[in-house]
Amino acid sequence: MPSVRVLVGTRKGAFILTSDGARKKWDVSGPHFGGWEIYHVKGSPVDPNRLYASQSSGWFGQLIQRSDDGGKTWTPVDNKFVYDGVTGKHQWYDGTPHPWEFKRVWHLEPSLTDADTVYAGVEDAALFRSTDGGASWHELSGLREQGSGANWMPGAGGMGLHTILLDPSNHQRMYIAISAAGVFRTDDGGQSWKPVNRGLRSEFMPNPTAEVGHCVHRIAMHPSKPATLFMQKHWDVMRSDDAGENWVEISGNLPTDFGFPIDVHAHEPETIYVVPIKSDSEHYPPEGKLRVYRSRTGGNDWEPLTKGLPQQDCYVNVLRDAMAVDALDQCGIYFGTTGGQVYASADAGDSWAPIVSHLPAVVAVEVQTLA
Amino acid sequence: MIRVVLPYHLRMLAGVQGEVLLEVAAPVTQRTILDALEAKYPMLGGTMRDHATKQRRAFLRFYANQQDLSHQSPDEPLPEPVARGAEPFLVVGAIAGG
Repeated sequence: MPSVRVLVGTRKGAFILTSDGARKKWDVSGPHFGGWEIYHVKGSPVDPNRLYASQSSGWFGQLIQRSDDGGKTWTPVDNKFVYDGVTGKHQWYDGTPHPWEFKRVWHLEPSLTDADTVYAGVEDAALFRSTDGGASWHELSGLREQGSGANWMPGAGGMGLHTILLDPSNHQRMYIAISAAGVFRTDDGGQSWKPVNRGLRSEFMPNPTAEVGHCVHRIAMHPSKPATLFMQKHWDVMRSDDAGENWVEISGNLPTDFGFPIDVHAHEPETIYVVPIKSDSEHYPPEGKLRVYRSRTGGNDWEPLTKGLPQQDCYVNVLRDAMAVDALDQCGIYFGTTGGQVYASADAGDSWAPIVSHLPAVVAVEVQTLA
Repeated sequence: MIRVVLPYHLRMLAGVQGEVLLEVAAPVTQRTILDALEAKYPMLGGTMRDHATKQRRAFLRFYANQQDLSHQSPDEPLPEPVARGAEPFLVVGAIAGG
Protein backbone atom coordinates (compact mmCIF):
# COMPACT_ATOMS: atom_id res chain seq x y z
CA MET A 1 0.00 0.00 0.00
CA PRO A 2 1.39 3.44 -0.79
CA SER A 3 2.29 5.77 2.03
CA VAL A 4 3.03 9.44 2.48
CA ARG A 5 5.85 11.23 4.26
CA VAL A 6 5.47 14.92 5.04
CA LEU A 7 8.67 16.86 5.69
CA VAL A 8 8.04 19.93 7.83
CA GLY A 9 10.56 22.68 8.49
CA THR A 10 9.83 25.04 11.38
CA ARG A 11 11.46 27.88 13.27
CA LYS A 12 12.60 25.42 15.93
CA GLY A 13 13.33 22.15 14.19
CA ALA A 14 12.21 19.64 11.59
CA PHE A 15 9.35 17.17 11.90
CA ILE A 16 8.54 14.14 9.78
CA LEU A 17 4.94 12.97 9.57
CA THR A 18 4.05 9.63 8.07
CA SER A 19 0.79 7.95 7.17
CA ASP A 20 -0.54 5.18 5.01
CA GLY A 21 -2.45 5.95 1.85
CA ALA A 22 -5.65 6.63 3.76
CA ARG A 23 -3.95 9.69 5.30
CA LYS A 24 -6.11 9.62 8.40
CA LYS A 25 -3.69 8.55 11.14
CA TRP A 26 -0.31 10.24 11.35
CA ASP A 27 2.88 9.47 13.21
CA VAL A 28 5.03 12.45 14.13
CA SER A 29 8.81 12.20 14.42
CA GLY A 30 10.87 15.06 15.77
CA PRO A 31 11.96 17.61 16.53
CA HIS A 32 15.03 16.90 14.48
CA PHE A 33 17.68 19.61 15.02
CA GLY A 34 15.58 21.02 17.87
CA GLY A 35 16.02 24.73 18.39
CA TRP A 36 17.40 25.39 14.90
CA GLU A 37 15.57 27.09 12.05
CA ILE A 38 14.81 24.59 9.32
CA TYR A 39 14.08 26.56 6.20
CA HIS A 40 13.54 23.49 4.01
CA VAL A 41 13.67 19.70 3.91
CA LYS A 42 13.24 17.86 0.63
CA GLY A 43 13.69 14.31 -0.63
CA SER A 44 15.26 13.07 -3.83
CA PRO A 45 12.75 11.85 -6.42
CA VAL A 46 15.37 9.28 -7.46
CA ASP A 47 15.97 7.87 -3.98
CA PRO A 48 13.19 8.87 -1.55
CA ASN A 49 15.30 7.90 1.45
CA ARG A 50 17.82 10.58 0.51
CA LEU A 51 16.75 13.78 2.24
CA TYR A 52 18.46 17.15 2.40
CA ALA A 53 17.76 19.71 5.13
CA SER A 54 18.74 23.34 5.51
CA GLN A 55 19.52 24.02 9.18
CA SER A 56 20.48 27.49 10.34
CA SER A 57 20.72 29.72 13.35
CA GLY A 58 21.53 33.34 14.07
CA TRP A 59 24.25 32.14 16.42
CA PHE A 60 25.91 29.34 14.49
CA GLY A 61 25.16 30.06 10.84
CA GLN A 62 24.29 27.55 8.15
CA LEU A 63 24.47 23.76 8.17
CA ILE A 64 23.25 21.26 5.59
CA GLN A 65 22.12 17.87 6.83
CA ARG A 66 21.68 14.75 4.74
CA SER A 67 19.80 11.57 5.52
CA ASP A 68 20.10 8.29 3.64
CA ASP A 69 17.38 6.49 5.58
CA GLY A 70 14.32 8.68 5.19
CA GLY A 71 15.13 10.96 8.11
CA LYS A 72 15.90 8.40 10.81
CA THR A 73 19.55 9.51 11.00
CA TRP A 74 21.31 12.57 9.68
CA THR A 75 24.86 13.57 8.80
CA PRO A 76 26.09 17.15 8.49
CA VAL A 77 27.65 17.72 5.08
CA ASP A 78 29.50 20.67 3.64
CA ASN A 79 28.34 24.13 4.67
CA LYS A 80 30.78 26.27 2.70
CA PHE A 81 28.76 28.48 0.36
CA VAL A 82 31.38 30.73 -1.20
CA TYR A 83 30.35 33.03 -4.02
CA ASP A 84 32.32 32.44 -7.19
CA GLY A 85 34.66 35.19 -8.36
CA VAL A 86 33.85 38.84 -7.78
CA THR A 87 30.73 38.95 -5.63
CA GLY A 88 29.62 42.40 -6.75
CA LYS A 89 26.90 44.54 -5.24
CA HIS A 90 23.12 44.61 -5.30
CA GLN A 91 20.73 47.35 -4.30
CA TRP A 92 20.27 47.87 -0.55
CA TYR A 93 17.03 49.00 1.12
CA ASP A 94 18.09 52.63 0.89
CA GLY A 95 19.00 52.32 -2.77
CA THR A 96 22.74 52.25 -2.24
CA PRO A 97 24.97 49.44 -3.57
CA HIS A 98 25.54 46.67 -1.03
CA PRO A 99 27.95 43.74 -1.34
CA TRP A 100 26.57 40.22 -1.64
CA GLU A 101 26.80 38.42 1.72
CA PHE A 102 25.85 34.80 2.30
CA LYS A 103 23.23 34.46 5.04
CA ARG A 104 21.36 31.16 4.71
CA VAL A 105 19.97 28.49 2.42
CA TRP A 106 16.27 29.00 1.76
CA HIS A 107 15.52 26.10 -0.55
CA LEU A 108 17.04 22.75 -1.53
CA GLU A 109 15.95 21.15 -4.81
CA PRO A 110 17.21 17.62 -5.44
CA SER A 111 17.84 16.63 -9.05
CA LEU A 112 15.19 14.71 -10.94
CA THR A 113 17.77 12.21 -12.20
CA ASP A 114 20.63 11.89 -9.69
CA ALA A 115 20.28 11.55 -5.92
CA ASP A 116 23.73 13.07 -5.36
CA THR A 117 22.92 16.25 -7.25
CA VAL A 118 21.04 18.96 -5.40
CA TYR A 119 20.57 22.69 -5.93
CA ALA A 120 20.55 25.26 -3.13
CA GLY A 121 18.88 28.66 -3.35
CA VAL A 122 20.50 31.05 -0.92
CA GLU A 123 20.30 34.53 0.58
CA ASP A 124 21.86 36.84 -0.63
CA ALA A 125 20.42 35.52 -3.85
CA ALA A 126 22.51 32.95 -5.66
CA LEU A 127 22.21 29.36 -6.86
CA PHE A 128 24.60 26.64 -5.72
CA ARG A 129 24.87 23.02 -6.82
CA SER A 130 26.35 19.92 -5.26
CA THR A 131 27.01 16.83 -7.35
CA ASP A 132 28.41 14.74 -4.51
CA GLY A 133 25.51 14.49 -2.10
CA GLY A 134 26.30 17.76 -0.36
CA ALA A 135 30.00 17.07 0.23
CA SER A 136 30.85 20.26 -1.65
CA TRP A 137 28.96 23.21 -3.11
CA HIS A 138 29.75 25.33 -6.15
CA GLU A 139 27.94 28.44 -7.29
CA LEU A 140 26.29 28.63 -10.70
CA SER A 141 27.48 32.20 -10.90
CA GLY A 142 26.04 32.88 -14.34
CA LEU A 143 22.81 33.78 -12.56
CA ARG A 144 24.30 36.39 -10.24
CA GLU A 145 26.47 37.70 -13.06
CA GLN A 146 23.58 37.75 -15.53
CA GLY A 147 23.80 41.53 -15.75
CA SER A 148 20.87 42.85 -13.75
CA GLY A 149 22.18 41.98 -10.28
CA ALA A 150 22.92 45.59 -9.40
CA ASN A 151 19.16 46.23 -9.55
CA TRP A 152 18.10 43.31 -7.35
CA MET A 153 17.04 44.27 -3.84
CA PRO A 154 15.99 42.44 -0.71
CA GLY A 155 12.38 42.19 0.32
CA ALA A 156 11.57 42.66 3.98
CA GLY A 157 12.50 39.03 4.58
CA GLY A 158 15.85 39.27 2.81
CA MET A 159 17.04 38.75 -0.75
CA GLY A 160 16.44 35.06 -0.99
CA LEU A 161 16.45 32.68 -3.93
CA HIS A 162 13.44 30.71 -2.77
CA THR A 163 12.11 28.72 -5.72
CA ILE A 164 13.87 26.28 -8.04
CA LEU A 165 11.84 24.50 -10.72
CA LEU A 166 13.46 21.77 -12.81
CA ASP A 167 11.91 21.05 -16.20
CA PRO A 168 11.36 17.28 -16.41
CA SER A 169 11.17 17.38 -20.20
CA ASN A 170 14.37 19.33 -20.73
CA HIS A 171 17.19 18.82 -18.25
CA GLN A 172 18.98 21.91 -19.51
CA ARG A 173 16.09 24.15 -18.49
CA MET A 174 15.27 25.40 -15.03
CA TYR A 175 13.61 28.37 -13.44
CA ILE A 176 14.43 30.19 -10.23
CA ALA A 177 12.69 33.02 -8.41
CA ILE A 178 14.14 35.70 -6.16
CA SER A 179 12.55 38.23 -3.82
CA ALA A 180 12.81 40.93 -5.01
CA ALA A 181 14.26 40.39 -8.44
CA GLY A 182 11.83 38.10 -10.24
CA VAL A 183 11.96 34.92 -12.30
CA PHE A 184 15.02 33.80 -14.27
CA ARG A 185 15.37 30.91 -16.72
CA THR A 186 18.33 28.94 -17.94
CA ASP A 187 18.27 26.78 -21.08
CA ASP A 188 21.83 25.52 -20.75
CA GLY A 189 21.91 23.76 -17.42
CA GLY A 190 22.58 26.85 -15.34
CA GLN A 191 25.46 28.44 -17.21
CA SER A 192 23.53 31.44 -18.51
CA TRP A 193 20.29 33.00 -17.38
CA LYS A 194 17.75 35.55 -18.52
CA PRO A 195 15.02 37.38 -16.63
CA VAL A 196 11.52 36.27 -17.68
CA ASN A 197 9.21 38.82 -16.09
CA ARG A 198 7.36 40.43 -19.00
CA GLY A 199 3.78 41.12 -18.00
CA LEU A 200 4.50 41.54 -14.29
CA ARG A 201 3.49 44.84 -12.77
CA SER A 202 4.69 45.93 -9.32
CA GLU A 203 3.49 49.30 -8.09
CA PHE A 204 6.23 49.58 -5.47
CA MET A 205 8.82 49.95 -8.22
CA PRO A 206 9.67 53.29 -9.86
CA ASN A 207 9.02 51.58 -13.19
CA PRO A 208 6.26 49.09 -12.37
CA THR A 209 6.99 46.97 -15.45
CA ALA A 210 10.79 46.92 -15.22
CA GLU A 211 12.62 43.81 -16.36
CA VAL A 212 13.75 42.95 -12.80
CA GLY A 213 12.89 43.98 -9.25
CA HIS A 214 9.57 42.16 -8.87
CA CYS A 215 8.79 40.47 -5.57
CA VAL A 216 7.82 37.05 -6.86
CA HIS A 217 6.72 34.93 -3.90
CA ARG A 218 6.45 31.54 -5.56
CA ILE A 219 6.20 29.83 -8.93
CA ALA A 220 4.84 26.35 -9.63
CA MET A 221 4.70 23.96 -12.57
CA HIS A 222 2.94 20.72 -13.42
CA PRO A 223 5.47 18.18 -14.73
CA SER A 224 3.25 17.19 -17.67
CA LYS A 225 2.98 20.79 -18.85
CA PRO A 226 6.35 22.35 -18.07
CA ALA A 227 5.99 25.44 -20.26
CA THR A 228 3.05 26.58 -18.16
CA LEU A 229 4.03 28.34 -14.96
CA PHE A 230 1.86 29.72 -12.17
CA MET A 231 2.99 32.55 -9.91
CA GLN A 232 1.94 34.06 -6.63
CA LYS A 233 3.49 37.50 -6.70
CA HIS A 234 3.61 39.95 -3.79
CA TRP A 235 0.31 41.12 -5.22
CA ASP A 236 -1.26 39.35 -8.22
CA VAL A 237 -1.59 35.72 -9.23
CA MET A 238 -0.14 35.17 -12.70
CA ARG A 239 0.40 32.49 -15.33
CA SER A 240 2.66 32.01 -18.30
CA ASP A 241 2.14 29.54 -21.13
CA ASP A 242 5.41 30.17 -22.89
CA ALA A 243 8.07 29.24 -20.33
CA GLY A 244 7.93 32.59 -18.62
CA GLU A 245 8.31 34.78 -21.69
CA ASN A 246 4.95 36.46 -21.05
CA TRP A 247 2.78 36.55 -17.95
CA VAL A 248 -0.93 37.32 -17.60
CA GLU A 249 -2.90 37.97 -14.47
CA ILE A 250 -5.33 35.26 -13.31
CA SER A 251 -6.37 36.71 -9.94
CA GLY A 252 -10.01 36.74 -11.10
CA ASN A 253 -12.47 36.56 -8.23
CA LEU A 254 -9.98 36.00 -5.40
CA PRO A 255 -10.88 38.03 -2.29
CA THR A 256 -7.29 39.32 -2.30
CA ASP A 257 -4.46 38.42 -4.62
CA PHE A 258 -1.72 38.83 -2.05
CA GLY A 259 -0.27 35.62 -0.69
CA PHE A 260 2.76 33.39 -0.61
CA PRO A 261 2.39 29.77 -1.82
CA ILE A 262 0.90 28.46 -5.04
CA ASP A 263 0.77 24.82 -6.08
CA VAL A 264 -0.65 22.54 -8.76
CA HIS A 265 -2.79 19.40 -8.39
CA ALA A 266 -0.70 16.28 -9.00
CA HIS A 267 -2.92 14.95 -11.80
CA GLU A 268 -4.76 18.02 -13.12
CA PRO A 269 -2.35 20.55 -14.60
CA GLU A 270 -4.99 23.29 -14.67
CA THR A 271 -6.07 22.86 -11.05
CA ILE A 272 -4.17 25.25 -8.82
CA TYR A 273 -4.24 26.36 -5.19
CA VAL A 274 -3.44 29.59 -3.36
CA VAL A 275 -4.00 30.90 0.17
CA PRO A 276 -5.16 34.54 -0.04
CA ILE A 277 -3.69 36.82 2.62
CA LYS A 278 -5.30 40.16 3.43
CA SER A 279 -2.41 42.44 2.48
CA ASP A 280 1.30 43.02 2.60
CA SER A 281 0.74 45.10 5.71
CA GLU A 282 -1.37 42.46 7.45
CA HIS A 283 0.02 39.01 6.94
CA TYR A 284 -3.11 37.08 7.90
CA PRO A 285 -6.20 35.77 6.12
CA PRO A 286 -9.01 38.20 5.32
CA GLU A 287 -11.89 38.24 7.83
CA GLY A 288 -10.03 35.85 10.12
CA LYS A 289 -11.06 32.97 7.82
CA LEU A 290 -8.39 30.54 6.68
CA ARG A 291 -9.40 29.64 3.14
CA VAL A 292 -7.56 27.83 0.41
CA TYR A 293 -8.76 28.89 -3.02
CA ARG A 294 -8.84 26.40 -5.87
CA SER A 295 -9.16 27.08 -9.55
CA ARG A 296 -9.97 24.16 -11.85
CA THR A 297 -9.58 26.36 -14.91
CA GLY A 298 -5.98 27.45 -14.55
CA GLY A 299 -6.96 30.69 -12.84
CA ASN A 300 -9.53 33.50 -12.88
CA ASP A 301 -12.40 31.33 -11.58
CA TRP A 302 -11.65 30.49 -7.96
CA GLU A 303 -13.65 28.65 -5.30
CA PRO A 304 -13.04 28.90 -1.55
CA LEU A 305 -12.22 25.66 0.25
CA THR A 306 -13.24 25.97 3.88
CA LYS A 307 -14.46 22.62 5.18
CA GLY A 308 -12.35 21.76 8.20
CA LEU A 309 -10.42 25.03 8.20
CA PRO A 310 -10.95 27.68 10.91
CA GLN A 311 -13.51 30.22 9.74
CA GLN A 312 -13.26 32.71 12.56
CA ASP A 313 -10.51 34.36 14.59
CA CYS A 314 -7.72 32.87 12.50
CA TYR A 315 -4.73 35.15 11.98
CA VAL A 316 -1.95 32.83 10.89
CA ASN A 317 0.11 33.12 7.72
CA VAL A 318 1.12 30.43 5.23
CA LEU A 319 4.65 30.96 3.97
CA ARG A 320 5.85 30.46 0.41
CA ASP A 321 7.46 27.04 0.82
CA ALA A 322 4.75 25.70 3.11
CA MET A 323 2.39 24.05 0.62
CA ALA A 324 2.81 20.75 -1.22
CA VAL A 325 0.83 18.01 -2.92
CA ASP A 326 1.11 14.23 -2.89
CA ALA A 327 0.73 12.01 -5.94
CA LEU A 328 -1.80 9.46 -4.70
CA ASP A 329 -4.77 8.75 -6.95
CA GLN A 330 -6.88 11.11 -4.89
CA CYS A 331 -4.44 14.01 -4.72
CA GLY A 332 -3.57 15.20 -1.23
CA ILE A 333 -2.89 18.88 -0.50
CA TYR A 334 -0.88 20.01 2.53
CA PHE A 335 0.04 23.34 4.04
CA GLY A 336 1.60 24.59 7.25
CA THR A 337 0.92 27.79 9.15
CA THR A 338 2.89 30.21 11.24
CA GLY A 339 0.62 29.06 14.08
CA GLY A 340 2.18 25.60 13.98
CA GLN A 341 -0.61 23.65 12.32
CA VAL A 342 -0.17 21.42 9.30
CA TYR A 343 -3.46 20.91 7.48
CA ALA A 344 -4.06 18.13 4.98
CA SER A 345 -6.77 17.34 2.51
CA ALA A 346 -7.00 13.81 1.13
CA ASP A 347 -9.65 14.85 -1.41
CA ALA A 348 -7.93 17.55 -3.45
CA GLY A 349 -9.01 20.30 -1.12
CA ASP A 350 -12.70 19.54 -0.60
CA SER A 351 -12.17 18.90 3.12
CA TRP A 352 -9.32 19.51 5.52
CA ALA A 353 -8.08 18.41 8.91
CA PRO A 354 -5.02 19.31 10.95
CA ILE A 355 -2.54 16.44 10.99
CA VAL A 356 -0.46 18.16 13.69
CA SER A 357 -1.48 21.27 15.57
CA HIS A 358 1.10 22.69 17.91
CA LEU A 359 4.43 22.85 16.13
CA PRO A 360 6.65 25.92 16.07
CA ALA A 361 5.90 28.31 13.20
CA VAL A 362 5.98 26.28 9.98
CA VAL A 363 8.36 27.51 7.30
CA ALA A 364 8.30 24.67 4.78
CA VAL A 365 6.21 21.62 3.87
CA GLU A 366 7.19 18.98 1.36
CA VAL A 367 5.50 15.66 0.64
CA GLN A 368 6.87 12.35 -0.56
CA THR A 369 4.59 9.72 -2.02
CA LEU A 370 6.16 6.34 -1.26
CA ALA A 371 5.43 3.08 -3.03
CA MET B 1 45.28 19.25 27.46
CA ILE B 2 43.22 22.28 26.60
CA ARG B 3 39.69 22.28 27.96
CA VAL B 4 36.91 23.75 25.83
CA VAL B 5 33.30 24.31 26.85
CA LEU B 6 30.87 24.46 23.93
CA PRO B 7 27.29 25.75 23.97
CA TYR B 8 24.48 23.19 23.93
CA HIS B 9 23.78 23.25 20.19
CA LEU B 10 27.43 22.76 19.26
CA ARG B 11 27.80 19.90 21.74
CA MET B 12 24.79 18.25 20.10
CA LEU B 13 26.19 18.85 16.64
CA ALA B 14 29.62 17.45 17.56
CA GLY B 15 28.10 14.60 19.53
CA VAL B 16 30.03 15.37 22.71
CA GLN B 17 29.07 15.66 26.34
CA GLY B 18 30.72 17.95 28.85
CA GLU B 19 34.05 19.57 28.13
CA VAL B 20 36.08 18.84 25.02
CA LEU B 21 39.75 18.05 25.58
CA LEU B 22 42.22 19.03 22.87
CA GLU B 23 45.91 18.66 22.23
CA VAL B 24 47.08 22.08 21.12
CA ALA B 25 50.72 22.88 20.41
CA ALA B 26 52.08 26.16 21.74
CA PRO B 27 51.34 28.97 21.37
CA VAL B 28 47.81 28.44 22.67
CA THR B 29 45.65 31.10 21.07
CA GLN B 30 42.03 31.44 19.99
CA ARG B 31 43.11 30.50 16.49
CA THR B 32 45.07 27.38 17.46
CA ILE B 33 42.27 26.18 19.73
CA LEU B 34 39.61 26.70 17.06
CA ASP B 35 41.83 25.10 14.42
CA ALA B 36 42.24 22.02 16.62
CA LEU B 37 38.55 21.97 17.48
CA GLU B 38 37.48 22.11 13.83
CA ALA B 39 40.05 19.48 12.87
CA LYS B 40 38.71 17.07 15.48
CA TYR B 41 35.06 17.94 14.83
CA PRO B 42 34.75 19.04 11.17
CA MET B 43 31.00 19.57 11.53
CA LEU B 44 31.78 22.61 13.68
CA GLY B 45 33.45 24.37 10.75
CA GLY B 46 31.71 27.66 10.05
CA THR B 47 29.63 27.58 13.23
CA MET B 48 31.96 29.66 15.41
CA ARG B 49 33.83 31.70 12.81
CA ASP B 50 33.49 32.36 9.12
CA HIS B 51 34.99 29.69 6.88
CA ALA B 52 36.90 32.16 4.76
CA THR B 53 37.59 35.25 6.87
CA LYS B 54 37.91 33.39 10.19
CA GLN B 55 35.98 36.23 11.78
CA ARG B 56 34.10 35.30 14.96
CA ARG B 57 30.37 34.89 14.44
CA ALA B 58 28.62 37.97 15.77
CA PHE B 59 26.46 36.27 18.42
CA LEU B 60 29.25 34.20 19.95
CA ARG B 61 31.80 35.22 22.56
CA PHE B 62 35.03 33.62 23.74
CA TYR B 63 35.65 33.74 27.49
CA ALA B 64 38.47 32.35 29.62
CA ASN B 65 39.82 32.93 33.08
CA GLN B 66 36.91 35.29 33.83
CA GLN B 67 37.82 37.54 30.90
CA ASP B 68 36.02 38.32 27.65
CA LEU B 69 38.65 37.62 25.01
CA SER B 70 36.33 38.10 22.04
CA HIS B 71 37.87 41.33 20.88
CA GLN B 72 41.47 40.27 21.28
CA SER B 73 43.54 39.24 18.31
CA PRO B 74 42.94 35.55 17.52
CA ASP B 75 46.73 35.15 17.58
CA GLU B 76 47.29 36.59 21.04
CA PRO B 77 48.42 33.94 23.55
CA LEU B 78 45.63 32.98 25.94
CA PRO B 79 46.03 33.29 29.72
CA GLU B 80 48.46 30.79 31.18
CA PRO B 81 45.80 28.86 33.20
CA VAL B 82 44.05 28.08 29.89
CA ALA B 83 47.28 26.97 28.26
CA ARG B 84 48.01 24.48 31.04
CA GLY B 85 44.41 23.26 31.27
CA ALA B 86 43.56 24.68 34.67
CA GLU B 87 40.85 26.88 33.20
CA PRO B 88 38.55 26.11 30.25
CA PHE B 89 38.14 28.14 27.07
CA LEU B 90 34.43 28.94 26.81
CA VAL B 91 32.46 29.43 23.62
CA VAL B 92 29.34 31.31 24.72
CA GLY B 93 26.20 32.10 22.75
CA ALA B 94 24.48 35.45 23.19
CA ILE B 95 21.43 35.48 25.42
CA ALA B 96 18.25 35.89 23.40
CA GLY B 97 14.58 35.42 24.08
CA GLY B 98 11.97 33.74 21.90
